[in-house]
Amino acid sequence: MAAAVPLAVLALLLLGPGGWGYAEPLRDSLREELVITPLPSGDVAATFQFRTRWDSDLLQEEGTDHYFLRYAVLPREVVCTENLTPWKKLLPCSSKAGLSVLLKADRLFHTSYHSQAVHIRPVCRNARCTSVSWELRQTLSVVFDAFVTGQGKKDWSLFRMFSRTLTEPCPLASESRVYVDITSSSQDNETLEVNPPPLTTYQDVILGTRKTYAVYDLLDMAVISSSRNLNIQLKWKRPLENEAPPVPFLHAQRYVSGYGLQKGELSTLLYNTHPYRAFPVLLLDTVPWYLRLYVHTLTITSKGKENKPSYIHYQPAQDRLQPHLLEMLIQLPANSVSKVSIQFERALLKWTEYTPDPNHGFYVSPSVISALVPSMVAAKPVDWEESPLFSSLFPVSDSSSYFVRLYTEPLLVSLPTPDFSMPYNVICLTCTVVAVCYGSFYNLLTRTFHIEEPSTGGLAKRLANLIRRARGVPPL
Amino acid sequence: MAAAGAAATDLEVVRGKRAALYFAAVAIVLGLPIWWKTTETYRAPLPYSEISGLNALQLRLMVPITVVFTRESVPLDDQEKLPFTVVHEREIPLKYKMKIKCRFQKAYRRALDHEEEALSRGSVQEAETTLAEPQEQAEGSLTVYVISEHSSLLPQDRMSYIGPKRTAVVRGIMHREAFNIIGRRIIQVAQAMSLTEDVLAAALADHLPEDKWSSDKRRPLKSSLGYEITFSLLNPDPKSHDVYWDIEGAVRRYVRPFLNALSAVGNFSVDSQILYYAVLGVNPRFDPASSSYYLAAHSLPHVINPVESRLGSSAASLYPVLNFLLYVPELAHSPLYIQDKDGAPVATNAFHSPRWGGIMVYNVDPKAYNASELPVKVEVDIVRVMEVFLAQLRLLFGIAQPQVPPKCLFSGPQSEGLMAWELDRLLWARSVENLATATTTLTSLAQLLGKISNIVIKDDVASEVYKAVAAVQKAAEELASGHLASAFVASQEAVTSSERAFFDPSLLHLLYFPDDQKFAIYIPLFLPMAVPILLSLVKIFLETRKSWKKPEKTD
Repeated sequence: MAAAVPLAVLALLLLGPGGWGYAEPLRDSLREELVITPLPSGDVAATFQFRTRWDSDLLQEEGTDHYFLRYAVLPREVVCTENLTPWKKLLPCSSKAGLSVLLKADRLFHTSYHSQAVHIRPVCRNARCTSVSWELRQTLSVVFDAFVTGQGKKDWSLFRMFSRTLTEPCPLASESRVYVDITSSSQDNETLEVNPPPLTTYQDVILGTRKTYAVYDLLDMAVISSSRNLNIQLKWKRPLENEAPPVPFLHAQRYVSGYGLQKGELSTLLYNTHPYRAFPVLLLDTVPWYLRLYVHTLTITSKGKENKPSYIHYQPAQDRLQPHLLEMLIQLPANSVSKVSIQFERALLKWTEYTPDPNHGFYVSPSVISALVPSMVAAKPVDWEESPLFSSLFPVSDSSSYFVRLYTEPLLVSLPTPDFSMPYNVICLTCTVVAVCYGSFYNLLTRTFHIEEPSTGGLAKRLANLIRRARGVPPL
Repeated sequence: MAAAGAAATDLEVVRGKRAALYFAAVAIVLGLPIWWKTTETYRAPLPYSEISGLNALQLRLMVPITVVFTRESVPLDDQEKLPFTVVHEREIPLKYKMKIKCRFQKAYRRALDHEEEALSRGSVQEAETTLAEPQEQAEGSLTVYVISEHSSLLPQDRMSYIGPKRTAVVRGIMHREAFNIIGRRIIQVAQAMSLTEDVLAAALADHLPEDKWSSDKRRPLKSSLGYEITFSLLNPDPKSHDVYWDIEGAVRRYVRPFLNALSAVGNFSVDSQILYYAVLGVNPRFDPASSSYYLAAHSLPHVINPVESRLGSSAASLYPVLNFLLYVPELAHSPLYIQDKDGAPVATNAFHSPRWGGIMVYNVDPKAYNASELPVKVEVDIVRVMEVFLAQLRLLFGIAQPQVPPKCLFSGPQSEGLMAWELDRLLWARSVENLATATTTLTSLAQLLGKISNIVIKDDVASEVYKAVAAVQKAAEELASGHLASAFVASQEAVTSSERAFFDPSLLHLLYFPDDQKFAIYIPLFLPMAVPILLSLVKIFLETRKSWKKPEKTD
């Protein structure tokens, strides 16, 4: 199969024109970090962030042409390890060194929550944006159910969650850090203990709340060298009081209502729990063409009153070509629930367009809610490059608010399904009807009909003849 | 009264019989064809006879050669006979259903003034540049200049010269049989420069029965509309090596010119990547004698698979992908050498895999380790690497080293690494291969249609088939008349159309509706209709036989 190559004399041509350009070799820069947040319920959320950035002169033309901006969504996909493998391939250190060692599929997919993302975008290299770099950001968030698997204890360690520990930093990474949320401990020193004790801590305002993190820098020799591996452990000294989990200022819910297979209604509930600030949200909805939206039934009510959106963009669907696109800017009053509802009619599909399991229903993609949510704590604008990755995907432009993008749950709508054996039934029925008609017609035309002379007669006649003979009258 | 009654019943019986017969006739003559027609799968008419004709197609490959005689190349009385044309035809013996004939058409003429002038110059390169300027030669054609026997254009011991363009120079002779001798020499040179059996055998390797040479012949990539070339730098040990290669510059300087010269063959796209922690699938053996590691020839096939899962470029491309890997071995396994079958280290430290690509092992200079701490900065000597990769690229495209006839001067390669006549050879081979592929595809489509009756052929599929057949015929004609460029284009068109027809998804639409099911569905109609008809036909038949036998007995 493979053979050693007899080399041709090509040296001559290879010593072509031009000399060596000793430009400073450009290297992709990689930063990676892991944020571990113990949740009040006892669960532990772990978020990996990997950012690869490289300089490129691909994008020389002026910015993005928004006319060609595309939005596509796959409402549901069953996740499995096959989703992780290609994702891991994009990491420079694959899963051989650094934080990516912890990415073990059988642990990551046995969690109660799994979210995996790839973002790619151009990033300006200077203030005037004359040159751009490309940024590939890979994030993976999982929530471990530490309370149940730990027999009622909320303590956790890296080894217990991932069945691996950290041994060495990725040699390609310029930054490799683990952040552990110790906010509750910083308020009063007695609640929890992290082991090994962190060398540094980091404070920042994340999504409107002040947080404190213990920082472990893998590139710092002191962190790993002591025992050749790093197994971060957290112990609760004193169980927390049963405090209610904090409610986010903005959250949303979506459902489909109505009965029967003809009409229905899509409703989205938008909650603003901020006690005194109203803020606008942008709601983007794409609905497949086979749900025929009645736009005149679009109603938005907040606190029992009609709420008029300040901006509506609607692009009607075309059968089999494009879905409905509905985009609205809605002002949410303080401490309120706003309901956006719209009625639809279910369309009939062609019988080859149904999925293999049509009675399961059809998925409708989630709506996307984007908002600048006012913050309770003023965040100070920080240098974007210096701050940790988890706070820098959407940079804070204004200290009094932060950006949030929410996706509601996807919906499952059942469409009227035909009887798929109908063509066969129709053929059989018509054939039978035709055959019955044909049979009688055939009989009528081919049978010969005789007029038969009655020969002896029936029982009644014989009886009559007997009586007649007895009477001496000639028989019939 | 009774007689009249009997006569009436007879009449009635005859009418009944007639009605039954009419029913049977209508059902058979009208009903069955209508049912057949309405439930039939749609099939547009196809040129079956022409497709089967393609199999017996005789390919005649014509190489037009212009032979130019200078003043003192042949005896004077022979010069008087010019110009005339000689045809040299030869059948190429291949175990293939197509008959392939190779035809060298030599048009002899006298040299024009400017040609005389150019050929009287000092060196052959100089003569060539002055000759090349006025007219560009068509693809596939050759020009051979016959110079005088004692001309100083060539070194004295050389009889002929093959140039980088489509020209060659042959020494003349002063002899009675001058044309014959020169003619043989010209054929020798022309065969080196254009069609040979090897080229065609390699092109048809997939269609020929296996023989012991076939593995070598199957090395080139299959003909395709485009190719993707990926250069990957594998660095399994980023902790000790910080490898940098200037691949952009190398591609611009060395690969692009070569691919531009090849652009007639297809579209090329080139990309590169650096993979860290990518290891070979085989553990190298340690050789204590030279304190180095080696990969034995028999373990090389196992090297590729684990790496390939990380390359990932074939998933994004429609075209065949050629991979070129530069492997910088780990510190623990260096230096690493590749051994050939006899155990000797391979000079280039590289190997290639047919139709897949090439791998080169690049050892870091051991001096670098002493100088500085890890990781060691490694700057890849890209010229050395590209030398190997370009040689492998040539092999994978099937551009073999030419067999130079004895006593022939051979010009060095051009700056793009490809000679014009090498490109022609590739085009000949690819045209023949495309024709063979297109014919095979069309024939199998026709066979498939004969075997499986419920394949739908829509009108657009049928038009693709017609297009493919026409393109094959056109390509064959163009080959026969020596127009290589248009023949190649037509052969590509033939492949595209035939494959588009063969792989059209509409062919499969009714494949899940087999014939027995079709008949089963219509049983509720057929059974009640057929039974009375058959019964009455049997009855009629029996009665007529009885009435025929009766008169015989009375006689």
